[in-house]
Amino acid sequence: MSAILRKIIAPGGIPAWGIRVIASRTYSSSAGGKEMTVRDALNSALDEEMSADPSVLLMGEEVGEYQGAYKVSKGLLDKYGPKRVIDTPITEAGFTGMAVGAAYHGLRPVVEFMTFNFSMQAIDHIINSAAKSNYMSSGQISVPIVFRGPNGAAAGVGAQHSQCYAAWYASCPGLKVLVPYNSEDARGLLKAAIRDPDPVVFLENELLYGESFPISAEALDSSFCLPIGKAKIEREGKDVTIVAFSKMVGYALQAAEILAKEGVSAEVINLRSIRPLDRATINTSVRKTNRLVTVEEGFPQHGVGAEICASIVEESFEYLDAPVERITGADVPMPYAANLERMAVPQVEDIVRAAKRTCYRSVPVAVNA
Amino acid sequence: MALSTHRTTTALLRHLTPAISYLRHISTDSTSTITVETSVPFTGHKIDPPSRSVDTTAQELMSFFRDMALMRRMEIAADSLYKAKLIRGFCHLYDGQEAVAVGMEAAITRKDCIITAYRDHCIFLGRGGTLLESFSELMGRKDGCSKGKGGSMHFYKKEGGFYGGHGIVGAQIPLGCGLAFAQKYKNDENVTFTLYGDGAANQGQLFEALNMAALWDLPAILVCENNHYGMGTAEWRAAKSPAYYKRGDYVPGLKVDGMDALAVKQACRFAKEHALKNGPIILEMDTYRYHGHSMSDPGSTYRTRDEISGVRQERDPIERVRKLLLAYDIANEKELKDIEKEARKQVDEAIAKAKESPLPEPSELFTNVYVKGYGVESFGADRKEIRAALP
Repeated sequence: MSAILRKIIAPGGIPAWGIRVIASRTYSSSAGGKEMTVRDALNSALDEEMSADPSVLLMGEEVGEYQGAYKVSKGLLDKYGPKRVIDTPITEAGFTGMAVGAAYHGLRPVVEFMTFNFSMQAIDHIINSAAKSNYMSSGQISVPIVFRGPNGAAAGVGAQHSQCYAAWYASCPGLKVLVPYNSEDARGLLKAAIRDPDPVVFLENELLYGESFPISAEALDSSFCLPIGKAKIEREGKDVTIVAFSKMVGYALQAAEILAKEGVSAEVINLRSIRPLDRATINTSVRKTNRLVTVEEGFPQHGVGAEICASIVEESFEYLDAPVERITGADVPMPYAANLERMAVPQVEDIVRAAKRTCYRSVPVAVNA
Repeated sequence: MALSTHRTTTALLRHLTPAISYLRHISTDSTSTITVETSVPFTGHKIDPPSRSVDTTAQELMSFFRDMALMRRMEIAADSLYKAKLIRGFCHLYDGQEAVAVGMEAAITRKDCIITAYRDHCIFLGRGGTLLESFSELMGRKDGCSKGKGGSMHFYKKEGGFYGGHGIVGAQIPLGCGLAFAQKYKNDENVTFTLYGDGAANQGQLFEALNMAALWDLPAILVCENNHYGMGTAEWRAAKSPAYYKRGDYVPGLKVDGMDALAVKQACRFAKEHALKNGPIILEMDTYRYHGHSMSDPGSTYRTRDEISGVRQERDPIERVRKLLLAYDIANEKELKDIEKEARKQVDEAIAKAKESPLPEPSELFTNVYVKGYGVESFGADRKEIRAALP
């Protein structure tokens, strides 16, 4: 334990991230019970990958001198200098295109969008210049780039700053779309994304940045990497499968606790990857539990849940004992007023209710709302 | 070179030709310097333009002629193939603009990068692409430069420093500045030429990328191939200021006679030197396309046939070089005609070979989606019928 602490602090200077040693927790797999915030996890992943490969660079608004709009890139400018940590003007189309061009020429840029809402200004480059290039050139032009930043709803930021882009990006062949939940996910998936030779859209969550999660010694190692395209079963169960990603994994776990007290054993799957989608894990789980609830923050129509439900109906129809259920954000732009905002995103009770429906324990109220 | 001087020279030469024929063989391979004045001077914006006197050699002029004749033939043959429905979808032809491609190549190396939009066949050839790769790609065959999966707008030759081939108007400009960014990052003393049209010159992302290129002193040369029409819209109808070489504002610019291969060479050499020391520069090539925007555009609804034939008569890039070759007695009419015949022959042979090239294997539908597919599943139109594991 102390050996690991020494390794982090020793290489001169203030560590950009810290580790808090706490008493061991019940569900932690880590010996000694260390915790880390998602922010620090991301920072450490960036730091390690930049240290290991000189062609990795970070560019985006306020990533350098401001230390990152959400402090994810704190300390990196000091450590790696302005050649590798680049503050860009507020011109997403321009700097995203430039980053893709740099990737064409062999660099490995990490592009930060202050939020993915702003990625819409650059979406042509993400889709047409990055995602499709390897295919159109039949392998000549590969694009080892990562587009990362906070995605989805924050708190009270209104309609233009709250959209979830998982479904949009994940529909595009040629992209990989990753969605970390906890600190281990954040470290392992970001490192995997940076090392991956293809364009990766890395969807973080602003509200998770400050949350602390236990982290294992293995996850703290600089060679740690999570496989792309593999979901994780966060909690095993036998009555209903709840599939979620990002912040909703936390909600799903809370729902599972509540359901357990009522005698329903929920299996919670943390997707980790929207594209590739781990259909095998989801199907295997539903074939065991016979019931499915998908949870996402994004808009319902053509969302991630829609794809998962279609996939299950196609592959595991005979195993379903109840219709598939989707819990999603409301089908409206995000309102500002606190009470309306609360209604516009999934709450734990929504997940519990849907799970109970699949178990024939509750009847929906609003049939013709 | 002024036309009157040329006529006198040719008149003179006609008498001398038989007597000095033995000399011609020596001069054709000559690498001794010939200095030619461009017919139009360069105009600078926030920069002193280079001299109108361009150094060249007999060898270089011959290579210009040969290369442009090949490019011209290739594009005209593509026109026929398209009408025969062997080429499908989009086909944007470059005939008329060849001087930009050959002049640029003469000034740079294959370590410098070029990126352009969809009018890319001749640039591809200039970067070392072959006729077979070109025609095969146009017809969607296996031997195409993108193995048939790209098409006319997506030619690439990475080992030749050619990064495509882009279908979205203006997107290639930030991409090109990104190539320059990587060149600077790697300290490799090379530059990137980013080509775009007068239509793309109004794109916002151009100004975004130019701002960053100037801010960070990137070795990026933005080349506006101004053929005066953005599809069917004349430049004066699309741009408040069609002085594209000035549109960089704080970035210097040069206006160049884009139908003169030597002027293009001079400008590109000048620009490369500038970009390596001082960051971005804009080159506006005053050029012209004989074909319409694409094969679906006759090209005569928004411009007169007189205009097109006028440019062909007065400013054709191949004719320019022909006149120089004749005037300097580097080759005679017959030799030049033979070169054009040879070009035609090479093109015809390449087309015949390309026609024999098969369509890609059905399994190619699923290749190159990713570099590393992790064996992930992909689907055909009926996912219960066709699935594949991505390699």
